[in-house]
Parts: sequence; structure tokens; C-alpha cells
Amino acid sequence: MTDYFNEMYNSGKVREPYLRLEDWRRAMPAELRQMKQAEAEALFRRIGITFAVYGEGGDPDRLIPFDMFPRVFTQNEWRKLEKGIKQRARALNAFLLDVYSRGEIVKAGKIPAKLVYQNEAFERAVTGFTPPRGIYSHIVGIDLVRTGPDDFFVLEDNCRTPSGVSYMLENREIMMRMFPNLFRENRIEPVDGYADALRRTLASVAPAKCDRQPTIGILTPGHFNSAYYEHSFLADLMGVELVEGADLFVEGGFVWMRTTEGPKKLDVIYRRIDDSFLDPLCFRPDSMLGIPGLMDAYRSGGVTICSAPGAGVADDKAVYTFVPEMVRFYLGEEPILQNVPTWQCAKTDDCKYVLEHLGELVVKEVHGSGGYGMLVGPKSTKEQIALFRAKIEENPENYIAQPTLALSTTPTFVEEGIAPRHVDLRPYCLVGEKVELVPGGLTRVALTEGSLVVNSSQGGGVKDTWVLAE
Amino acid sequence: MILTVNHVTTYQYDAPMRAAVQSLRLFPSRFDGQRTINWEVAVEGGIRGGAFRDGAGDKVEGWSLRGPVSEVTVSVRGQIETIDTAGVLRGHRETVSPFAYLRETAATWIDDGIEALATEATKGAESDLDRAHGLARAVAEAIAYVPGTTHAHTTAAEALAQGEGVCQDHAHALVACARAVGMPARYVSGYLYARDDGEPHEAAHAWAEIWIEGIGWIGFDPANECCPSDLYIRLGSGLDAREAAPIKGIAQGTGEESLDVTVALEAVQQ
Repeated sequence: MTDYFNEMYNSGKVREPYLRLEDWRRAMPAELRQMKQAEAEALFRRIGITFAVYGEGGDPDRLIPFDMFPRVFTQNEWRKLEKGIKQRARALNAFLLDVYSRGEIVKAGKIPAKLVYQNEAFERAVTGFTPPRGIYSHIVGIDLVRTGPDDFFVLEDNCRTPSGVSYMLENREIMMRMFPNLFRENRIEPVDGYADALRRTLASVAPAKCDRQPTIGILTPGHFNSAYYEHSFLADLMGVELVEGADLFVEGGFVWMRTTEGPKKLDVIYRRIDDSFLDPLCFRPDSMLGIPGLMDAYRSGGVTICSAPGAGVADDKAVYTFVPEMVRFYLGEEPILQNVPTWQCAKTDDCKYVLEHLGELVVKEVHGSGGYGMLVGPKSTKEQIALFRAKIEENPENYIAQPTLALSTTPTFVEEGIAPRHVDLRPYCLVGEKVELVPGGLTRVALTEGSLVVNSSQGGGVKDTWVLAE
Repeated sequence: MILTVNHVTTYQYDAPMRAAVQSLRLFPSRFDGQRTINWEVAVEGGIRGGAFRDGAGDKVEGWSLRGPVSEVTVSVRGQIETIDTAGVLRGHRETVSPFAYLRETAATWIDDGIEALATEATKGAESDLDRAHGLARAVAEAIAYVPGTTHAHTTAAEALAQGEGVCQDHAHALVACARAVGMPARYVSGYLYARDDGEPHEAAHAWAEIWIEGIGWIGFDPANECCPSDLYIRLGSGLDAREAAPIKGIAQGTGEESLDVTVALEAVQQ
């Protein structure tokens, strides 16, 4: 059996950051725990936070299970993570700026031209245009897993519109309401500065033509979208507009909001819709969601779109392999965070290896997300493996494979008390005038015993994530 | 050669539309083969939006019209000096990597027919330039110029299969064939001045450009079996006709659209 790193109990001892939680847990009778759990659920229901994490689909009204047992990092652990995440966010942005202008990294032979320029996420329409401050991805969500005390790996980067940050904020809010003593006994870094930081970040990339306090809006596909709650929640917290495509129009090179007091100019759009639905004149002519002329207003400097159209070319699963190279190439630094070793089925040798070791590997679709279209070798049946073998042989370019990682566990409340369950972490790095990161993130937990899939669509839950102050 | 252009496009709607937005790529490219003397683009009753030059070197300008809109008239008037560069797009500033033009689109999908034509046409060719000429010839032979047999959404593969088409189909087919043999290629839209030979000609024209390593982008016009000369005015480019369209527009409402285009090109006597 694989030996998993337990973040709380190690070699018969309680690890330092969890010492006070051990007392808390021991002092909590089962009835109180059940009562608190019911209370937490009621709170989540009342505030209406019932959405799936981006791209995971599923029932939008379903509550994602919340586990009350916090996940804890020490200040030291966090500092290293923070440095690594910021480094990665800077490198990803440098890559985007480069491939939409001179393409030095391709010319230097560090990444294949085909992977960049023939990538579906590469937007030829934005080449030659430099967005304000040269930033393309303003909110970078980096999914991390841990395999040991000092071993963190990046599972994937999310440069477009990573969601789930409202869980980070709400999980904390609810924990503080239910267990105020816990927050008096432990010195925990606050995360509630996120909304201010996000607003500052968005304001800092106002377009050149904006000569006053920029007006900011969150562009949502609408209430039927699974992340609508998050869109309205963030708009509320930041005190900015929440708009849909039909509320906006383009005139005179600017974007305007229809309001009851007449049109109001919108300077920065934090969009939570895909590139292809932004502007039917530029992308999908059949899109009814978009704002005709938006891309012309954007490219002529009348409005800023966050994240920039085309940012997705940096978070493609095949491009992922090259992120450490980006760190070296653009920043001249050694990557602080490691990638998971990845086999590209597009390469003949890699593909051969993958097909021979399907039982041990995790296979993913290059453009897939949310734990769908994925094979976890050691947890799969012979039939499932055979099905994937056929799929890979049919279209090798569509698949990558990684070793099955021994994801760390943290104690999680279960029927009988507590039990170790596997977790990952998504911190949200903001890139604007400054590169900043609130101390925390979203911890997802695989609630099913032994499961390594933390996606909410596959039985995952969420936890409050603590960074202890010194 | 000095050419004057008078190009008027009118969209009419049988019921008034709520609003209309346009993105115009109606400005002459800046390269050694063209020197604009004067050029004016206007949308009657429209509001001029932002303008910019994109990564492919094309100037784009946005326009909008407040409703009710029952007619949109886009007019281009200008005078330009053209110089024959033997089809070479010399002195053109752009930032898009040629590799970005290897991507297939719906209109330039590479099917077995395209693949076969491209392979056959480049057999034994010794240089990329030979290959490009071979492809242009093959497309001209495979698709006869017959107006009215294809429409705006006909793909390269469909036009090749039926063996008939117009300049858009020729350009699509050449672009698809070039990409099929790994050569970056793009669709170009512009005007063609036809010498007075008594034949009617379509002055709005389209052709293809193929990237030749060491030389750059070179134009090929399979419809006329030549490379663009000083009879051509280049406006803009894209992966296919939709991307390179000189006029892209959307009108919001339920009215049916009808289109009327007149293009007049004249050579100024010197």
C-alpha cells in the first residue's frame, strides 16, 4: 500500500501547525460536531452558495459538502509556496506577452511552434496588441498537490477565469461564525483582503484612454451559469457592476452599460465567459451572448478585458510541461515549484510508455477539465483501461499522462469521527500593478475513502485553509 | 499605376433594426507595392469607433449605428499608387508568426481531395517557391471560374469536389492545399483593376498568400493564374474569407437583410 503523507499525524506525532486543533477535536463531542455540521450546511444554503467549481458542470443548485476540519500551513511553508506561485504567475504572463508579440521562446527553440501557434486557445486576433501593463492573466489559479513535508507539485495552471475563490472566503466566514474561540486561540492570517486586492488589481490595468477612476464590471453569462453565485458575490464585495452581454454595447470605441440614468462607460471588464462568446464579430458569429464590437474597442485601447482574450494558450495541459522552461527563459530563475512529470501521448516514445503502464498512470485529455475524461489507472477496472487504450490509440495527441501521485491527506470529519482524506490546493494569485496573493486558497478534499479525485463533480468537498501567523 | 476606388456597399433591412455594429478592414495595406494618396471610409449616419492596426498589419476600424436602422451604407473613396512587386509582400510590418497560418478552419478544411491535389501538385518540386507555383496552377486547373455555382459558405473541399467556383473558392482551395503540405498560407481580400478588354470583371477580389522561408509572404491569384501586380490593391488578410472580410457587421433585430455592392476602379491617365 502506498504511504501517504498525513499533514496532521506523522510518525505517531501531531505536526506542529495542528497542535491546537488536536485539543479542539478531542474536546468536541460527537453530538456537538453533528450539530455544527448541520449549522454549517444551513448557513451555506442560506447564503446560497451552491455552485460547482469552474468547468465541472453538475447541478448548479447542489451544495458542495463543507468539511469543518481546517487544513493548516505554517508561515514557513506558506512563504515558500507564495514565492513559487508568484514566480509562476509572472512567468506565465511573460510567456503570453511574448507569444503574442515576437515569440522569442519559440525562436529560441524552447517550445515547439506548433504547440503555441496551432493551439486552439491561441488567438491570432490579439497578436500585436499589448494589453495594459503587458498583463494577460490577472487572476492565476494554480492547482497544487503535496506529497511530503516539503514536496509540492503543480497539477495545472488556470490562466483564464479560475473560480472557487468565493468558497475560500465563505469557508472562512462560516468557520469564524461557528468557532470563534478557535480563531482566538490560533493566529490565522486573514483572507478577507481578497476583494480589495482584486479591485485594486483590476483598477490598475485600466485602459490608456481612461482618465479617471475606472468603472469596473464583472461580465457573467447569467444566472443559469453554475458559478453565477460567485460572480454576484464578488461584484457585491468589490462594489462593482455585475453585467450580462445584453447590458452592454459598443459605441465610439468604448463600452457602455445601459443603466436607468442612461449609458455609463465601462473601463475594465472582469469577464467570466469564454473567449469565443465575447464578440460575435471577432469570434463565433453564432454567439448571442457576446457584445458586437467589443474586440475592436479592446484592441483600440478603449476597454480592458480581464483575463485577456487568448490567455488560455498558457494553461493548456500540453503547454504546462514547458512552464519550468518559461521560468528559466523569462525570469532567469530556477523554478521553485515543480511540475508533475508528464508524458505527452503525441510523442511516439511517450505514448508507447503510457500504453504499457496504463494501470499505474493518470491519463487526462489535453483540453479536458473537471475530472471528466480522465483515467486513474490504479483505481480503474480492466474495461475502463481498455476503453482508454482505444481512445489514446485513436487520437494520441489528445492525451497526456502523469504518475499517480501520493496526494497528502488531512483529517476530515466522517461518520465515525475523523479519517484521513486526500486534498489539493488552489491559491489565487493576482497580477496587476503588483503581484499579490492572500494567505490561503481553496482546499478541495476527496471525501470518498481512498479517492484521489477532489473535483466536486466526483464527490469532492471543500475546507477552510489556514496560514498561521508567526 | 495610380488607381481610384469608389466602393459602395449598402445593406437594406425590410424591418428596422435596433442597432448595427461594424468592423471594417477597408484600408490599403502598407507595403512597398502600395502608396496611399488619399483614402476615406465612412458609414452613413454611423458613429466612428476605435481604430487600430492588428498583428497582421491590417488597419481595422469599428463603427456603430443607433437604431432604428433600415439601411447601412459603407463607402470607400480613395486614390492609391501601386507598384508591381512580383507578388512579394515586401516592406509589410506584422507581428503574427507565419506558423499561426497553418491552422485549418471550417472553410479551409483539408479533406482527402485537397490532400491529394496538394500532394500531386508538389511532386518533384525542388523549392518552396516551386511548390507554391505548382499549387496555384493545380488549383486554377481544378476549379473553373463559374459564377453562381458556389455561395459565401462553400468550403474549399466542396468547391474542389464540384470543380467550379469564384475567386473566394480559388483562394480557399489554395490556402487549404498549401497548409496540407505544411506551408503557412492565408486568404487576402482586396480589389483588382481589370484592363478594358470588354469582359465584365468583379473588381472586389480575393487571392492567397503563401509563406516562403527566406523570402516572406508571396501572393498567388489562382483565379487569374498570376501573382498580384500593380493591378491589385491589398486590403487585409486572415485564415479564411470570414476572417479577412473587408466588412464584418451585425445588425440586431428581426429584419431580413439584402445587399447591394458597387465597386468602380479607374486608372488615372498619366
